[in-house]
Amino acid sequence: MSIRIIAEKCTGCSLCVKTCPFNAIEMKPREGTPRKLAVIDLDKCTLCGACVDACKKFGAIEIKLEKESSADLSHYKGVWVFAEQREGKIQPVAYELLGEGRKLAQELKTDLSAVLCGGEEIEEEVPHLFAYGADKVYLLQHDELKDYKSLPYTRAVAELLVKNKPEIFLLGATTMGRDLAARLAIRVGAGLTADCTGLSIDPEKKILQQTRPAFGGNIMATIISPNNRPQMATVRPKVFRKPDKQEGRKGELIQFDPVINPEDLVVKLIEVIKDESIKVNLAEAEIIVSGGRGLGEAKNFKLIEELAKSLGGAVGASRATVDAGWISAHHQVGQTGKTVAPKLYIACGISGKIQHLVGMQSSDTIVAINKDPDAPIFKVATYGIVGDLFEYVPLLTEKLQELRG
Amino acid sequence: MNIVVCIKQVPETTEVRINPETNTLIREGVPSIVNPFDENAVEAALKLREKHGGKVTVITMGPPQASEALKTTLAMGADEVFLVSDRAFAGSDTWATSYTLSQTIKKLGAFDLIICGKQAIDGDTAQVGPGIAEWLKIPQVTFAVKIEAEGNKAKVERLLEEINEVVETPLPAVVTVVKQINEPRMPSLKGMMKAKKAEIKTLKASDIEAEEKNIGLNGSPTQVVKIFTPPPKGGGEKMEGEPKEIAEKLIGRIKERKII
Repeated sequence: MSIRIIAEKCTGCSLCVKTCPFNAIEMKPREGTPRKLAVIDLDKCTLCGACVDACKKFGAIEIKLEKESSADLSHYKGVWVFAEQREGKIQPVAYELLGEGRKLAQELKTDLSAVLCGGEEIEEEVPHLFAYGADKVYLLQHDELKDYKSLPYTRAVAELLVKNKPEIFLLGATTMGRDLAARLAIRVGAGLTADCTGLSIDPEKKILQQTRPAFGGNIMATIISPNNRPQMATVRPKVFRKPDKQEGRKGELIQFDPVINPEDLVVKLIEVIKDESIKVNLAEAEIIVSGGRGLGEAKNFKLIEELAKSLGGAVGASRATVDAGWISAHHQVGQTGKTVAPKLYIACGISGKIQHLVGMQSSDTIVAINKDPDAPIFKVATYGIVGDLFEYVPLLTEKLQELRG
Repeated sequence: MNIVVCIKQVPETTEVRINPETNTLIREGVPSIVNPFDENAVEAALKLREKHGGKVTVITMGPPQASEALKTTLAMGADEVFLVSDRAFAGSDTWATSYTLSQTIKKLGAFDLIICGKQAIDGDTAQVGPGIAEWLKIPQVTFAVKIEAEGNKAKVERLLEEINEVVETPLPAVVTVVKQINEPRMPSLKGMMKAKKAEIKTLKASDIEAEEKNIGLNGSPTQVVKIFTPPPKGGGEKMEGEPKEIAEKLIGRIKERKII
């Protein structure tokens, strides 16, 4: 991005000086005319666009989202990951990104950085990022960044990216990561690939190859952003494994003062509605036990919960059960719900319509329990049990409980 | 209340297959539909119009045949529809698409609310809605499961991973909706008659004053370099025997795989 004053159009009115929230514009005398000329201090400017709006009448200020040619991309260096935090806790997807980011950084012979935004207390989380492999942590602390909000986060992170020029920036493909990445990519003029399940470096061109499912998982596509930096991608949680934690590992902490613009604070959080039925976050779960229409009625989800509990897993559900009101939408797996890829997925009484399969078929191990031997769920199952879930689910729960003592 | 709804025509993804010889998508014979989440967006807009009055305008960027998708929304009850179509838009990724749609919205004039489906089922990116918001420099509220408008504000409930969040946003804003927000209505007979006769207005790149560098391939930072079919899952194992035996065998397999 760049900003410039079009001297011929500038009337010297100084409206922009008054508007600029960052004191980045000064009026300077120019030769041959008593009219002064606006000059922008690029070190102070955050490209917020307030002056462009103020100068609408004359159109003398222009912000360009320019696409740099591949020739001047060499000054973009480093692999960065966004360390998503909720309620002051870094989310596991951030550590998964550090693990994958490390591999990319090694290929590129560069370093690995994490970006952490939050309130005052968030600093306590920094050592975890070093322990999971970050060489540097950029810390953006402000009361207004305590909880995620699209607008202030976009401005703060955009400014950090523009000033520090990483070549790769990865975020988790969570509701937060997707909300932020999509807006950020437009603001900084970056290419963005959604929900990647594979990342690698082109050995010759040294660019990021991003592989993701499309068309409901029926095909895979590999995507590049050759001419724009940073190369941005959101990455599906649970696809990459968390690296081993190295307690006590040190790194460089860089405090970055985020710019908070009052205009970005217009969307207010009014209420958080907790779903008491959620014991384990579906997207982050290693093991998911899901129930379908075969359960017959709402109360039978208890069987699913018990099996999930005995495995330390989360409870999933087919769309039919959510539509019937048996369980809340937070549990729904499939095209219109969540896409999950746990180590173990147990489908109980789920026939396996394609809309469900696309949401879970990339799980490592799939167990299907269904009365109907022709149910499509068996096509993707690693282990299939043709039988009554009311017999098998309690039996498995019992055996697992025995095992755990 | 003036509402713009952005929709996409998508192939019924569940029927898309790849030709193993040519490694290209077989789209022949695959029906096209309105992206399911966008039907929820249209429904949400119609409900708001019923309550507050105003107008629902539906736009889509796509090839000429995408006008069929617009007709579906007319039949549902949309007041006006526009097809944004030009060869120059070909090859647009989410960057160029969000630019093109935002230019169209600017051109159409004043609006209070823009509603999109949370994502399209072919690309599954969820990037265009927030992209439009950024181009228009207005707030975004994604993954909405409820929208209530009051004056120049809207209260929106968002469906997140583990919680729901209620936020209040000033209008205009972009809201993207999830499936759970409503049940889209079926087109009425009267609506279908109206849609059948309707002439679909088409806007070209010049009509929306789109800058060439921001549209189509020029405006798309990302490039697809390869498509392929995911490696097939190996044939599964059918567990047989007495229920107790099966349960033990299954737990054994899970242990072998070091899951527990």
